Amino acid sequence: MGNIIKTTAHKQINFLKKEIAKVSYNSQEGHVSSAYSIMDLLWVLFKETLNIYPRNQKNSDKFILSKGHGSLALYAMLLENKNISLKEFRSFSQYKSKLGGHPDSNKLPNVIASTGSLGHGLAIAVGIAMSSKILKVENKIYCLIGDGECNEGTIWESALLATEHKLDNLCCILDMNHSGDRAIKLSNLKEKFLSFGWAVKTINGHSHKEIKSSYKAFKKNKPSIIIAETIKGNGVKMMENSHAWHRKSPSKEELDLILEELN
Amino acid sequence: MRKQFVSTFESLIKKDSKLSLLLCDIGVFGFRNSIAKYPNRVMNIGILEQSTIGVAAGMSRSGLIPVIHTIAPFLVERAFEQIKIDFGYHNIGCNLVSVGASYDYASLGCTHHCPADVALLKNIPGMEILTPGHPSEFDSLFREIYKNGNPSYFRLSEKSNIKSNKVKFGKANLLKKGSKATIIAIGPVLDVTLQAAKDEDVDILYYSTIIPFDSKTLQKSMEKKSKIMVIEPFYSGTISNLIIESLEQKSIMIKSIGVPKEFLTNYGLAEEHDNAIGFTTKNISKELRKLINA
Repeated sequence: MGNIIKTTAHKQINFLKKEIAKVSYNSQEGHVSSAYSIMDLLWVLFKETLNIYPRNQKNSDKFILSKGHGSLALYAMLLENKNISLKEFRSFSQYKSKLGGHPDSNKLPNVIASTGSLGHGLAIAVGIAMSSKILKVENKIYCLIGDGECNEGTIWESALLATEHKLDNLCCILDMNHSGDRAIKLSNLKEKFLSFGWAVKTINGHSHKEIKSSYKAFKKNKPSIIIAETIKGNGVKMMENSHAWHRKSPSKEELDLILEELN
Repeated sequence: MRKQFVSTFESLIKKDSKLSLLLCDIGVFGFRNSIAKYPNRVMNIGILEQSTIGVAAGMSRSGLIPVIHTIAPFLVERAFEQIKIDFGYHNIGCNLVSVGASYDYASLGCTHHCPADVALLKNIPGMEILTPGHPSEFDSLFREIYKNGNPSYFRLSEKSNIKSNKVKFGKANLLKKGSKATIIAIGPVLDVTLQAAKDEDVDILYYSTIIPFDSKTLQKSMEKKSKIMVIEPFYSGTISNLIIESLEQKSIMIKSIGVPKEFLTNYGLAEEHDNAIGFTTKNISKELRKLINA
């Protein structure tokens, strides 16, 4: 049974990845490899973890994509969950589209925060987690950040606050695809977050089993961070771990190769 | 005005279970009673202004009404992008309350001055900017709008006019009528303006709200005039575009007395800076005469 579900999920994720590649080819926009690196993380979050997604429901779990340039993966999950239509998905980055290069909470009712400038989402997530404590709401707050984003001072300010306020309803997911290594190598992030007082778990960010169990492993009186080791451009050989693909859209020939590989 | 801020807040939080306050290690002694009584909602969050704005945005998203308080340069200039995106672009409610104004803490040097706050914040669409000139004006303005769901900035100063005016959010007060020119006085520079213009044939408009700007009152005052003098307690020229937009079909002469665009490298008292800049009866009278005779 488990294998069947996994296979179905894998097929559907590849379908979504193909849609992402096509929409990026058509628009010549989008951070495709950043989206591929978090597809498995978002799939498990949206399909198997979050308790009711709409942002205005007081008791629902909340999710913020702080690394907003991974927006295509978020849009793919909104498509998967039928929050947007395929037509809307394919309008990505067009003049009147709801879907831009970074998610916009004014245009998408399921998105809590408009992100894009790095280092904003985690602080907002901390504020929501604090509010849940104040208002006695029993929910979980998830926030996905990138390793490059950890260069931002606000990540560490927020990390201090989350510990100080014992935010055990907060789970930060770190997409550790090493895209920030070319500037500052953050190889000891686990120790850093441990020293800030967080519960830390390192997982394979493409293993659904590991992702699922980590999303549920909250510790009392501590915020949690999951360091998800991922491959930027996961699933497409020419894209994997290639900085050249950070904000590159495929040519027609490259698109054909991507679609073939994802088949 | 800071004492009034504490007492207004203490009175409101008794009845409003959504009201909350984040202090960036400033004003902690003043708010000690609220911190003790409402530890979940009133807290000294620490010296991390950028994340404090983000945290407050998360609180606002969750239905709370956050107030954030620290010295103007740290609140506005350090955390500007967070204010722009987390509150401005999201268009969610907050109350940013600063102290220190342009150079109230003159002796602390340029790092603690903030003559640019209003000029910066008025570039954020939807941001409301209030400049009360008296503690009771702060009290009535804050009570009027603190839960209106918009991002609002209250610029508090150590300096205050002797008497308060009956102010309304977004409305200018016509305090004196005349025919030769219109003077716009903003917040705590009203007293010196009234004194300087007491024998002149001019309108005096008092603005305690900058944004939204009360264009109608200005337009009415300027129906038969073409000369405007602005006494603005922040960078000179900050509100010039608001005046021009209000009077777009009209040829006008504007003279601004405000803080010059240079670092104020002297220390001393705020009053000494007032004198050096020209926020004095003598200087305003002289400049007003020149404008009327021009």
